[in-house]
Amino acid sequence: MTLSANLAAGLYIVSAVLFILALRGLSSPETSRRGNLFGMIGMAIAIVTTLLVIGVGGKSAALIGGGLALGGIAGAIIARKIPMTDMPQLVAAFHSLVGLAAVLVAVAAFYSPDAFGIMQDGIIKGYSLLELSLGAAIGAITFTGSVIAFAKLNGNMSGSPILLPGRHILNLALALGVAVLIGMLMKSGGTDPRLMWGIIILTLILGVTLIIPIGGADMPVVVSMLNSYSGWAAAALGFTLGNLALIITGALVGSSGAILSYIMCKGMNRGFLSVILGGFGADAAAAASGDREERPVKRGSAEDAAFIMKNASKVIIVPGYGLAVAQAQHATREMADALKEEGVDVAYAIHPVAGRMPGHMNVLLAEANVPYDEVFELEDINSEFANADVAFVIGANDVTNPAAKTDPSSPIAGMPILDVDKASTVLFVKRSLSPGYAGIDNDLFYADNTMMLLSDAKKMVEEIIKSL
Amino acid sequence: MLSMLILAGGGAVSPVVFQFAIFILAIFVGYYVVWSVTPALHTPLMAVTNAISSVIVVGALIAVAAGVGSGSGISTWAGAVAAALCAVNIFGGFLVTQRMLAMYKKKQK
Repeated sequence: MTLSANLAAGLYIVSAVLFILALRGLSSPETSRRGNLFGMIGMAIAIVTTLLVIGVGGKSAALIGGGLALGGIAGAIIARKIPMTDMPQLVAAFHSLVGLAAVLVAVAAFYSPDAFGIMQDGIIKGYSLLELSLGAAIGAITFTGSVIAFAKLNGNMSGSPILLPGRHILNLALALGVAVLIGMLMKSGGTDPRLMWGIIILTLILGVTLIIPIGGADMPVVVSMLNSYSGWAAAALGFTLGNLALIITGALVGSSGAILSYIMCKGMNRGFLSVILGGFGADAAAAASGDREERPVKRGSAEDAAFIMKNASKVIIVPGYGLAVAQAQHATREMADALKEEGVDVAYAIHPVAGRMPGHMNVLLAEANVPYDEVFELEDINSEFANADVAFVIGANDVTNPAAKTDPSSPIAGMPILDVDKASTVLFVKRSLSPGYAGIDNDLFYADNTMMLLSDAKKMVEEIIKSL
Repeated sequence: MLSMLILAGGGAVSPVVFQFAIFILAIFVGYYVVWSVTPALHTPLMAVTNAISSVIVVGALIAVAAGVGSGSGISTWAGAVAAALCAVNIFGGFLVTQRMLAMYKKKQK
């Protein structure tokens, strides 16, 4: 059975609409599960429609069946096994696969232009070549950029910025080179595959040089940005294939990633350009390590912390990346349960850039069975700190640093912070007194109402539970 | 409407223009839909956008058929590998999203 072109186009629109509904469902946790189901149905429709249009059989059926089965099994296993704390690197890895797939599809179309319907008068149409090379270029940047982001998030390489000398000029030269090659490719009518490969090689390098200068804590922006790129690559190839499902989905994903990047940048009060140009934190860290004055801090034990919190009426827990590193989400929830049994009111406050990707902390707390209506975003809970007896900060640093408000010369000046210093007592769980990612000392450590609980987050919380 | 455009423009409008119009409108749809996503679900949002952007698998399948049809080994294998990569993303992306979403629970009163 083969489908008419119009019917196929109609089915692709149906799958695009289902994808829109999948995103729409995420407006609340109740509707999100149904939304995800819509997404799966949309994908099934797109795949079946394509198989009916191309009419597979024999060799192509074996290759397609084998490829989908192999990849599908691998994907399903990964999805079941991956710990929730590893979600940022998993998403980065997935982005790299979309990027590579986009490159491969562009290459395939370039080598079989007839079958892709992009030939005219014996040469490949000019705008098809533009779409193909843009798809391949964005795909290649997404691929290597995501591999670097993965390595940084997964700890395979250091999270600190790697600054090549003259990196802006290098990146600019690479980008110019790509533009020139695209122009030459369009002019040649696609007769010279070396131009296509040249574009791919330059953009593969560009993906690396763009991401290596960006530090670990800026990864929420990078991961969102690469998410956006993978969408634009898909959309570019959608034009080549004249496929509405790809064009619409690419636009959805592209704008989704762009919005998330914007939200993350706003959470840090930094311009998008300043983040992606990289190098943040490198200078400040160097300066801070030189002359650090010894200031007195008040240290506390688990027993002290348990005593203070037991006698509190309202405790706000502020989780950060340290919670994920120490895998302390379950212990934290147990501590909150124990406090609730003592009649303490417990809430969680989440900063938009806490963790290594958008929503990272929410997922971890959800995994630990924290009800989502106890978890609040910055703007919804910030005024509550003044009424709280205890702010329990666990593995978060820069997002609570009052220097953002008081010191205009600070690298994080103007960044919205959680006002934990307004709480009567601040309990600060931290491994050591070292500064956070931004490389700046946190005055909060030395405040009169702060008690430092210097230990591994999970161990400390478990000891507090014992003393409650 | 198409005929009106032809009259107005003095010539046929290329289908690429219509595709571009759909592209622009879809960006707006994406803009409004994504702003309505609750920040608590931003991680599932990334996982699911990742899964749906693997609809590029459509191109991979066409590439395999095209490569086999035209005898181009490069197209065939590029398509087959791309199909496998997309399948990792599709299954991995949707299933991990499902796993995450199942964890979001309301307070038991």
